[in-house]
Amino acid sequence: MLVKQISIFIENKAGRIADATSCMADAGIDLRAMSVADTSGFGVLRVIVDEPDEAIRALKECGFTVNTTDVIAILVPDKPGSLSEVLAVIKEHHMDIEYMYAFMSKFEKQAVVILKIDNVFEASKVLTDNNILLLEADMLYKI
Amino acid sequence: MQIWNPMFESMEREELRKVQSERLVSTVNRVYHNVPYYRGLMQAKGLLPGDIKTMDDLKKLPFSRKQDLRDNYPFGLFATPMSEIVRIHASSGTTGKQTVVGYTRRDIDTWSEVMSRTLTAAEIGRHSFLQIAYGYGLFTGGLGIHYGAEKVGASVIPISGGNTKAQLQVMQDFGTTNLACTPSYALYLAEEIEERKIDIASLKLKTGIFGAEPWSENMRKEIEERLNIKAIDIYGLSEIIGPGVGYECMHRTGLHIPEDHFIPEIIDPITGDVLEEGSEGELVFTTITKEGLPLIRYRTHDISKLSYSKCECGRTSARMTKVTGRTDDMLIIRGVNVFPSQIESVLLEAGDTAPHYQLVVDRVGNLDVLEILVEMSPDIFSDEVKKLEVIEDTITKEIQSTLGISAKVRLVEPKTIERSEGKAKRVIDKRKF
Repeated sequence: MLVKQISIFIENKAGRIADATSCMADAGIDLRAMSVADTSGFGVLRVIVDEPDEAIRALKECGFTVNTTDVIAILVPDKPGSLSEVLAVIKEHHMDIEYMYAFMSKFEKQAVVILKIDNVFEASKVLTDNNILLLEADMLYKI
Repeated sequence: MQIWNPMFESMEREELRKVQSERLVSTVNRVYHNVPYYRGLMQAKGLLPGDIKTMDDLKKLPFSRKQDLRDNYPFGLFATPMSEIVRIHASSGTTGKQTVVGYTRRDIDTWSEVMSRTLTAAEIGRHSFLQIAYGYGLFTGGLGIHYGAEKVGASVIPISGGNTKAQLQVMQDFGTTNLACTPSYALYLAEEIEERKIDIASLKLKTGIFGAEPWSENMRKEIEERLNIKAIDIYGLSEIIGPGVGYECMHRTGLHIPEDHFIPEIIDPITGDVLEEGSEGELVFTTITKEGLPLIRYRTHDISKLSYSKCECGRTSARMTKVTGRTDDMLIIRGVNVFPSQIESVLLEAGDTAPHYQLVVDRVGNLDVLEILVEMSPDIFSDEVKKLEVIEDTITKEIQSTLGISAKVRLVEPKTIERSEGKAKRVIDKRKF
């Protein structure tokens, strides 16, 4: 059920994100989602791809430092206030979001939100109990 | 131009050699009988004190090194009982194993004497106001100059290092005529003076004595122009005594060495052979009057040349050229001695394995800056930027607390640090000396 996110260390130099994405492209990897967190000196590129294991292998071969993190993908109806409802549940249960990012999906009128929460298993249970739709990893990879 | 101690500073070389021989013999006797470590070193070479009769025998003696001081930390090489030691200093900025030096009352007198020669050569005396902006404390710079300055009768302003605002205030209000600090701090003060629009003509500064870090002739020119003073180079190291081991006179044609206290040699750093006058090599000193911590043929790792010709000033003592580099990987950053290995041990604590790193030293706006590039490795990488920033902060703070210098830590991608023959290039020094 949990989604495998790949994080890539990117030095703040021109063209490095392009290097990482072209490294994955050469291995035939399809990107599903991505976000970048940055400081003045470096950034962390986080991606979700169709073939995580293959992507990791390719990135390491290209010399990148990578690690994987379990994140939660949820489906949120594409209407005003629906994200707030999800966040309210998370707040109510005193769970901390380390970071999140969202993108529109091919599922009709649904957005996908990726959440990094400390205790993913407990968080998944709480979300399911509150009728929030979790997206299976395989489904996300194959969008 | 005055000479503090003409008898010794301008002694005929032949006579000086006799004085040196006598003092050398007595020093060798003393260390052989009082310092088990030295006795061991001499015995290993099959030497007895009686084998050393004159200066010609100096080259038979074994070398001593910084490592010997560390191995005998803290007081193992002292040649007098601790009851005779009246002062202890330690080298700046080293982790755990500092090099500790001890002085008897007579050593403090010797130190004041060689500093008096230093100050007199820079025309600092009873009518001078000397602002000592070297650090006071375990570092020998502040207190070493202080005692000599009182001895020559200068009005000493022991302001110590840092606090630029107070430095400038004192400089204006007390009418400082002479400044003692590191050359880079002198330039920093010059910048602040310009920044604060203090009229340089309103200051009474005449001469500055600068040392404790390498500096170039260009830097000298810049200090002289911007502070409107004469800049004098001084040399010293705590192991030998502190400041006072070498000093320029107003002719500035090399640094005079008080040879009746410290015998200089230039050796080939690889073979250990003594090189002839004028050759460039590693500077080695033997102390011949020190009681607390006498050192025999101590290797400084500083690269210089020696000249024995008489100086225009009248002094006959040997002169060393400005130190042009090091034979080891020690860096001097803002006057603090830094070995790359010390940084490595800090980095080791930040991760499970020693990362590849590189030290980039540069001089920005006349201050030394140290940047530490650390290659990212899987064992310290995280998807959370916050955690990576914590790593940078931890390393910065750890370096500040163990080495006493501020460094900028930058995480870089793996394999981006230049490697030569498989080994990472540890240090890039962009400063020009």
